[in-house]
Amino acid sequence: MYHYDEYDRRFLEERVAQYRDQVRRRLAGQLSEDEFRSLRLMNGLYLQLHAYMLRISIPYGTLSSAKLRGLAEVARRWDKGYGHFTTRQNIQFNWIHLEDTPDILVHLATVELHGIQTSGNSFRNITTDPFAGVAADEIDDPRPYCEIVRQWSALHPEFSFLPRKFKIAINAASEDRAAVKIHDLGLNLRRNAAGEIGFEVLVGGGLGRTPILAQTVRDFVPRRELLAYITACLRVYNQYGRRDNLFKSRIKILVQSLGIEKYRAEVEDEYAAMGAERDALALPDAAVAAMQAQFAPPAYREAANDDAELRRAQAAEPEFARWIERNTRPHKQAGHAIVIVSLKPLGRPTGDCSASQMETVAELADTLSFGEVRVTHDQNLVLPHVRKSALYDLWLRLGAADLATPNIGLASDIIACPGLDYCSLATARSIPVAQALSRHLAEREVAIGPLQIKISGCINACGHHHVGHIGILGLEKNGAESYQITVGGSDSARAALGGIVGPAVAADEVTATVDRLVDTYLRLRRDGERFPDTYRRVGLAPFKEALYVAR
Amino acid sequence: MTDRVLKLVTGNRLHDGTVVYFAGSGAWTPQIDDARLVEDKDGAALLAEAQAGSPPHPAVGPALIEAVRDGRRIVPLMLRERIRAFGPTVAYRGD
Amino acid sequence: MLLDKHGVLGPDTWRHLGDDEPAADGEAVTISFKRWQAEGERWREHSGPLGLRLPNDIAPAAIAAALDRVALVVLNFPRFVDGRAYSQARLLRDRFGFRGELRAAGNVLRDQLLFMARCGFDSFEVDTERARAENWSTAFREFDLFYQPANDRAEPILWRRLRNWQTAAE
Ligand code: SF4
Repeated sequence: MYHYDEYDRRFLEERVAQYRDQVRRRLAGQLSEDEFRSLRLMNGLYLQLHAYMLRISIPYGTLSSAKLRGLAEVARRWDKGYGHFTTRQNIQFNWIHLEDTPDILVHLATVELHGIQTSGNSFRNITTDPFAGVAADEIDDPRPYCEIVRQWSALHPEFSFLPRKFKIAINAASEDRAAVKIHDLGLNLRRNAAGEIGFEVLVGGGLGRTPILAQTVRDFVPRRELLAYITACLRVYNQYGRRDNLFKSRIKILVQSLGIEKYRAEVEDEYAAMGAERDALALPDAAVAAMQAQFAPPAYREAANDDAELRRAQAAEPEFARWIERNTRPHKQAGHAIVIVSLKPLGRPTGDCSASQMETVAELADTLSFGEVRVTHDQNLVLPHVRKSALYDLWLRLGAADLATPNIGLASDIIACPGLDYCSLATARSIPVAQALSRHLAEREVAIGPLQIKISGCINACGHHHVGHIGILGLEKNGAESYQITVGGSDSARAALGGIVGPAVAADEVTATVDRLVDTYLRLRRDGERFPDTYRRVGLAPFKEALYVAR
Repeated sequence: MTDRVLKLVTGNRLHDGTVVYFAGSGAWTPQIDDARLVEDKDGAALLAEAQAGSPPHPAVGPALIEAVRDGRRIVPLMLRERIRAFGPTVAYRGD
Repeated sequence: MLLDKHGVLGPDTWRHLGDDEPAADGEAVTISFKRWQAEGERWREHSGPLGLRLPNDIAPAAIAAALDRVALVVLNFPRFVDGRAYSQARLLRDRFGFRGELRAAGNVLRDQLLFMARCGFDSFEVDTERARAENWSTAFREFDLFYQPANDRAEPILWRRLRNWQTAAE
């Protein structure tokens, strides 16, 4: 795991001091709200419905136990005792006082955390596979590249006032768990014929009002040239991206209006002209190697493959067996497993985590997972390196903290944004809809099998509803909440946007509607087919029809 | 409950973000029931009064909203404003 | 007033001409891009220092040919959130090798000064009263470490750290 050195620490100290002065100027009336907004956003501070909300960056979803304890302390000392993990692998606190924020950031700096660029029209938190470094299907560990890009993009002098926010994701495995195609810039790590590492660069993906999947700009950019090539991509966007209309300002609209060929030609022209700047940005192998050393695997002890004992425990306790099946994943190190900690207990707000739960997970990470924790974009946590022999004990202890719901990937593992209960941009609530659905579907979720339900409280699509197997978008119609439902979306390597099944429904009809869509899927699916595959085969019509008949 | 739609001004307190309501004479209150409620036609004047004063203004983003009077209570018309006034509709799990 | 990148306030010695205003002999003047396009050859012969004001939606390549004659380029920030001029500045400096004075005009605020300086700006049109009240001259010194190479030639942390790692290994 990456640890700060004296430079990182000093940089962060300088940043906090700068921010403290900005807050002082705001409270003294020297800065207008308009001027201050952009400054506070660059440190992750929003003004929401009930209070200020502070979003803390969790770079590529990796936390240490110390960081998690640091977050627990923020929850307890400055908030109401809980935080909310987001679909960008960040955490946000909902009840923050502006005057406390400089002290909160000082506290977070001691555990190497901050809110820099978790909002604003610049680079956002770089995301990747939550199983990075431990996944069996990985070409190379993406985290060193994430960290290099993160550092390069921190307070970038040229690109801190882009037309709009800019999200980067890196995927390095055969299965895309980073959803690169729904990012402004996606990087697929690849090895070329000569065995060298490089990246496929995709640009122009995004959800929101105009969902579009990213397209390839270049098949292979050698890693040495990564930062220079991204600079060319950004420079074209900074100059030509629209600034007259908020809804048309993302890079996806630029790529769409120019066409990918023209955009690519612009980037290549810029790149070819870069000259000396390209050299200044070249990533020497030694730099990459040194960064890779920061992410060396932990000192796994040789573990016998003690599956026999594990199997006995599974046979004796079906609940444990179900948790093993649903909440663990294969690890590339023999005798170990990846454990997913569910933040979706039935009927609780998705992704919320109390201070004491954070401390429990930190404690378990220290004793059982080399002090490491990950955050997934499905709003769960991960203990990435657990010895199989410790799984039973872990299950008991997670269960005691309400963190062992065996539902990962199932119907009740719903993704939902905060919606109208917290968010000032929302048009409808998300959390109550998620709660009702998870309670209703939980009973038959094992029979249903893998199912991703994703809910957003407005067109901004923080809940990624377009790429949910079933997507739910909260709208407002004549002062009442209503919900538009889509089916067949997917954020996997075969990413797809869902199709709208019919007119929006009222809040109290959502559960019944989803029920019918699930029934339709179950009726039509061929042995073990996943929802998006069935959808690809049968199309939208049978789903529309099922709802139409019901009406 | 009277159905007559009245107006009041709300914002978020600058230093801590708390939801506040304009109570008249430069004062803001976290209690919606203490808000100054005016007829629709007097809304613009109320907003102007609430916005007056030199910086730093005690409330961020003063805005007019609609509400009805229910006995001694004041209830905003829009769900969003009811959530701001009375808190999230879902329990949270802090400790 | 003008602020320079060392934080010093001083008077603006240039006169910024409207599109039909004449220049006096030997006078330091800036003209609009439009005027340069229409009357460029004539302005080359102007007897005093010449500056150009470039709108932020014109690619710097459009004035590349003028740069040998021009001592000042003024770039514009219509609103501080409109960051096109940052890229224009980098291109003028890095791509077209402009060595003259690069000035930021428009909605220039304290908290963007350092970004601007790093992109190659060296003077800033500011609201003098605010600049004094908010102590703008210290804004350039809020950071002494940067993660990425830019026009200021500060050694980025990534590179500096690598050098340390290498010396440590030797
Ligand atoms: S999708 Fe809309 S409601 Fe939900 S968090 Fe994003 S902006 Fe808020």
